[in-house]
Amino acid sequence: MSYTGAQILMESLKSVGVEHIFGYPGGAVIPVFDVLNKTDFKFILTRHEQAAAHAADGYARITGKPGVVIVTSGPGATNTVTGIATANMDSSPIVVITGQVKTTLIGTDAFQEVDITGIVRPITKHRYLVKNIHDLPRIIKEAFYIASTGRPGPVLIDLPIDISLGTVEKFSIPDKVNLRGYKPNYKGHPLQIKKLAQAIKEAKRPIVYVGGGVKWSGATKELREFLEKTQIPVTSTLMGLGVIDPDYKYYLDMLGMHGTVYANLSINESDLIIAIGVRFDDRVTGKVETFAPNAKIAHIDIDSASISKIIKVDIPVVGDAKQILQELNKIVEPGDYSEWQQFVLKLKEENQLDLPHGDGRLHPQWIIKRTSDLTNGEVAIATDVGQHQMWVAQYYKFKYEKQLLTSGGLGTMGSGLPFAIGAAVAQLKERKPVIVFSGDGSIQMNIQELATIKHENLPVKIFILNNSYLGMVRQWQELFWNRNYSGTFLGTGTKYYPDFVKLAESYDIPAIRVFKEEEVDDAIRKALEYDGPYLIEFVIEKEENVFPMVPAGRGLTEIMRGMA
Amino acid sequence: MKKHIINVLVENQFGVLAQIAGLFSSRGYNISSLIVGETEDPTLSRMTIVVEGNERVIEQVIKQLNKQIDVIKVVNLTHKDHIARELALVKVNATKQTRQEIITLASALKGDIVEVGKDFILIEFTGDEHTVENAIELMKNYGIKEMIKTGKVALSK
Repeated sequence: MSYTGAQILMESLKSVGVEHIFGYPGGAVIPVFDVLNKTDFKFILTRHEQAAAHAADGYARITGKPGVVIVTSGPGATNTVTGIATANMDSSPIVVITGQVKTTLIGTDAFQEVDITGIVRPITKHRYLVKNIHDLPRIIKEAFYIASTGRPGPVLIDLPIDISLGTVEKFSIPDKVNLRGYKPNYKGHPLQIKKLAQAIKEAKRPIVYVGGGVKWSGATKELREFLEKTQIPVTSTLMGLGVIDPDYKYYLDMLGMHGTVYANLSINESDLIIAIGVRFDDRVTGKVETFAPNAKIAHIDIDSASISKIIKVDIPVVGDAKQILQELNKIVEPGDYSEWQQFVLKLKEENQLDLPHGDGRLHPQWIIKRTSDLTNGEVAIATDVGQHQMWVAQYYKFKYEKQLLTSGGLGTMGSGLPFAIGAAVAQLKERKPVIVFSGDGSIQMNIQELATIKHENLPVKIFILNNSYLGMVRQWQELFWNRNYSGTFLGTGTKYYPDFVKLAESYDIPAIRVFKEEEVDDAIRKALEYDGPYLIEFVIEKEENVFPMVPAGRGLTEIMRGMA
Repeated sequence: MKKHIINVLVENQFGVLAQIAGLFSSRGYNISSLIVGETEDPTLSRMTIVVEGNERVIEQVIKQLNKQIDVIKVVNLTHKDHIARELALVKVNATKQTRQEIITLASALKGDIVEVGKDFILIEFTGDEHTVENAIELMKNYGIKEMIKTGKVALSK
C-alpha cells in the first residue's frame, strides 16, 4: 500500500483533531480536494478565499481551537492575506494550507505561482514550504502546535502539487513536537506574582484592565474569582468583552476611544493598573504620555514582547493568565478600596450611556439594546467594522467569554459575515443562532457569503444597519474635517440602497426591512425563530454618531460626549 | 544612540535570513550590519547583528527576535566580555613611487598584502572596529579605488 501526500495531509489533520475545513478549490489543490470528500471532515465551501480565512478565524474565536483553511495557489493564496492579517492582529489560531506549483517550477513565475510564504512573513506566527513529502506529517503537527499554544496566531503551510501527488510506502505522524526555538512559558514567576499581590494590597485606587488574552487563555473563571475576592473595579477592551460578568458591581464596561466616560476617568484616577492579556493599543490608551498618570502598572501577558512595548511596566508577570490568576488567587488580599469604589460607582451613575429612542426615528443604539434584551445577552454576535461595531460593544451586554467575534486589531470590514459562518459551523449540532451586525458598507465587502449560509443552511441572522454612509469615516469627517463627506456616501439619494431585501431573496434567504422603532422587537423575534439564515435591513438615522469619543491622539480625559 | 552587538543562533533553514531582516525593516529598527554564517553544528547558523537604539528599542529587538520560532538563542554581547572582528578589502592606488611606502605602512597596520597590480595594491585588514577604521583612514591618503568591509562577527569570551 502506498499513500499520496494528499492522503497523508488528511491523516495528519485528523490526528490533530480537525473536524471542519473551510476553503475553495483550484488547480494546485485538486489532488487534495480529490481525497477531501472521501474523508469525515465537514468541508465548508465559501464563495471567496478571504471569507474562508475569516470563517476559520471565527471558528477559532468561538471554540478556541485552530480553524483550518485549504485554498489553491496564486490568487487563492493572496486572497487569504487579509484574513490572515486579521487573525494575526487578534491572536487567533488558524492554519492556512495553500496549494503551490510544482517544486521544480517554484521561482519561474509559473501560472498561478506566488511566493506566499514571503508575502505572509510579517503577518503569521510561522510558515512552512513543504519540500519533501516525508516532512509533511511533522509540519502539520508543528503548525497546529505553534498556532494554538503560547500567544496563538496564524500558521501557513505552502504545499506544492508534486508533494500532494507524490507517494510514499509508509509514513508516521510524530507523537511529540520538538522545536528548540519555541518553548512557551505558561507559569508566571512566583516572585513577580507575590510582588503583584503586595501592590494590590497597598493600592488605594486599583483598576483591572482586561483584554482578548483572557479569552484565549480561558481564564474567565479565574478572573471572575479574583474580582469576587478583591472587589476591584474592572474595565475591558473590545477584545475582552464577555469575560466580565455584566452584573459585577464594579464593572465599568469598555474603555478607550469609544469607551464609557466612567471607565476612562477611572483609569485616569487610578494608582494601580492590573493589565491582563492586553497590549496597550492606541485605541485604548489615547495619548500615551497622559495615560494613567498616577498609576503603577502591572502587566500579565504570555507574550513578553507585549510588556513595556508601549508603556513602561512596573510589575511584569510573563505567562498564561489562567495559571497566573490561579496562583494569585491563592495569596491575594484586598486593601481598603471603599472610597475608590464609591468614587467609581458615582462616576458610573452620573455618566450612563445615552439611549436615544422614542422620538419617531430609528436609532441603531436602540436596535442593539433590544437585541441584547431579547437574547438575554447570550447569543454569539459577529460584527463588521465601523459605527455599528462600537454600538454593539456599548449596548450589547455580553455574558460569555467567547461570544463576541469582531476584528479589533486590524479593523477589517467584511469580516463579520464570514466570522458568523465559522461560529455557526462550530455550533452546528446545537443549531445555535449567530447574529451578525453589519453596515451597508461592510456587508458588501463579503456579500457573496450569503450563498454559503444558504447552501449550508446556517442559522446566521444578518442585521444590517443601513445609513447610506461609511458611517465611522463620515463621523470623523463631520467632527474633524469640516463635514467634507468625501468618498463616504454609499446611497443614491433618499431611498435605501442597495435593496438588501431583494438581494437576500435572490440568494433565497428570507428578509425584511424595518423603518420604525415599533417594528424592531417583532423583526428580531422573527429572525431568531426562523430555522436558517435570515436578513433584516434596518434603515436607520443617516447621521447618527458614536459617543462618547476620545479623538485620536488625545488623552482619555478629553472626552466628547455628544454634538456640541 | 548606542550600537549594540547581538548574537542570534537560528535554525539553518531557507527563509530565516529574510525573516530576521524583514523583522527589522517592518518594525523600523536600524541595522548597522548583519552577518550570518555556519556554526559548529550544521543545522544551526549564527548571526551577529549590530543595531542602533536606546535601551528600550534594544529590549524590544531582543524580545521580537526571541519570538521567532526559528530563533533558538539571542545574546546581547554589548555588556558582556566578548571579542568582535571585522574584515576589509582595500584596493589602494599605487605608483612606483608610493608602492613600497604603502606596503610598509600596511604591514605596520597588520594588513596582509593580497595582490600587487600595476597601479594598485589590494590589502586585507582584519581586527576590531578601531584597527580596521584606522587602517582605512590612513590608506585614504593614497586614494582608495574600491573597498568593501564586513560587519562585525562576534563571540562571547
